[in-house]
Amino acid sequence: MRVKFSIKQLSGVAIFLFALFIGVPLLINLTGRWDFYFTLTSVALLAIASAGVWLTFYIGRINIGQGAFALIGAYVSAILVVKAGWSFWLSLPAAGLFAALVAVFIGLPILRLRGVYFAMITLVLTQVTTLAALALPITNGAKGISSIPLPSGVSLFGITILPDFGAMENIKLAFYYTACILMVVTYGALYRLVNSRLGHLCRSMQQNEELASSIGVNIAYIRIIIFAICSFFGGIGGAMFGSIAQSVYPSSFQVADSVNFMLNCFLGGLGYVFGPMLGTLVIYFGWDLLFELGKYQLLIYSIILIGVIRFLPNGIMSINFGKKEANK
Amino acid sequence: MNALLQVKNVTKKYGGLTANNNISFDVDENEILSVIGPNGAGKSTLFKMIASFTPTTSGQVLYRDEVISNLKPHIVARKGVVRTFQETTIFKSMTVHESIVVSQHLRSKASLAGYFWGSKTAKADVIAFGEYADELLEFLGMTDISNELACNLPQGNLRALGIAIGLATDPKVLLLDEPFAGMNHDETMRMVELIRSVRDHRGVTIMLVEHDMPAVMTISDRIVVLNFGEKIAEGSPHEIQNNDKVIEAYLGSVDDEIGM
Repeated sequence: MRVKFSIKQLSGVAIFLFALFIGVPLLINLTGRWDFYFTLTSVALLAIASAGVWLTFYIGRINIGQGAFALIGAYVSAILVVKAGWSFWLSLPAAGLFAALVAVFIGLPILRLRGVYFAMITLVLTQVTTLAALALPITNGAKGISSIPLPSGVSLFGITILPDFGAMENIKLAFYYTACILMVVTYGALYRLVNSRLGHLCRSMQQNEELASSIGVNIAYIRIIIFAICSFFGGIGGAMFGSIAQSVYPSSFQVADSVNFMLNCFLGGLGYVFGPMLGTLVIYFGWDLLFELGKYQLLIYSIILIGVIRFLPNGIMSINFGKKEANK
Repeated sequence: MNALLQVKNVTKKYGGLTANNNISFDVDENEILSVIGPNGAGKSTLFKMIASFTPTTSGQVLYRDEVISNLKPHIVARKGVVRTFQETTIFKSMTVHESIVVSQHLRSKASLAGYFWGSKTAKADVIAFGEYADELLEFLGMTDISNELACNLPQGNLRALGIAIGLATDPKVLLLDEPFAGMNHDETMRMVELIRSVRDHRGVTIMLVEHDMPAVMTISDRIVVLNFGEKIAEGSPHEIQNNDKVIEAYLGSVDDEIGM
């Protein structure tokens, strides 16, 4: 039961972190492709939201509603920064917590549903949130909230903890690092959660909810907790996105985004904690690479997706780690 | 003093259909009580109501003079009344050992956040779970299959795994749903021995629903017979075997007019 890391695993994590924080910036400096910072930052943030979706998969629920919580997070952060004058760094956890709170209230009735019924309701959630953003006075309707100030600096007792993003020369790099740190923390937490007692209980629920409740697991409570954590990740991802784009519109996160969050998990592998991270990277870049195909882009993209799900039902992660898993 | 478990005037109606009608009986501490009856007699419904998997229409189930009907299954389990299922209800992609570890949820002292941060209590819990799982599997004679995936097990082992999962919760009353179904004579006798030793060595009161008459007659201290949702008899195996109503329910009544 105790998780001991092998040298192979540890070195893998070390190489990954090195590549993330030193390798990528070096490469971008050498090649001069500064636009890659924005792309990779987006991938990191989408991967955070996808991590939440993956967690709902872990309790046996197909969640196609993460876009709603990302949008909620983006708006909460934007409103707190623009209208209430909060520091972005305070609004970020607030956005996550607010999204989690909304998830608790929405989750109470809908988490009783299973399978396709739950999926259908969550699919509608994104649309409802978009419409709500259009209708509510505080969200500025279709105009959205624009010219959000960049994250300001944070200092404690005269020591600068976080620099003022507005005064920085290389904002892209700063956002890239912020997104990567958030992503690493998210996945670290996710890994820990899955390998702790809560993760074991989730697995028991995924496999048989009736039996889980018969051994004394409060399944309703755990479902709500997991859905709230999922939405917290969504809110954080969304808020960060809004801050980078410096604007939020009702169309910032749409049904298609919600579907993509789910696809990221499917493609990466539902059995692997780091699956959604890889899935997000592959889907994001895959879609862009197919851009050359013009009007056939969506067709080819869909065919490839169907093929991957058909022939790699356990996701891309299963290619590399298939053997390792079998030996466990 | 009242009995450990009391079923009091329990009735269950599904629309116009009465699955259980005004059923009352007691289960004493440390006994093995079987509920038998022809198909559709309402045995499973009764079981579900005792474990709070379904609400009663009227009537109550009391455990140590405390109402346990119309609650949630996990709350009833926490109080010490745990049901098992038939063989298909297991954690399919967990190993036997993992299933037992996860099923000790009710024994955990640390909070879920404690497990996340790795508190001292949580670490002690994790070690205790593993040790108890080993002990339980040894007691049930399942040590050699402890690392098998549950979905790869043959039927007889699955039934034992179901009981092991139930036992891991540290129950006071264990409700077994057809523990002998689909077993041959030898397997049945082994299971009878196992259930007896669970009662004798672990002090667990056992209530079971079963079709297999020879097994029921061997294992039970007392038997409750249901027919068409009504309790028609209650007593020792010997009394039940010689009860006219029971014989009638199983073999049909003697129809005088036709002269059969």
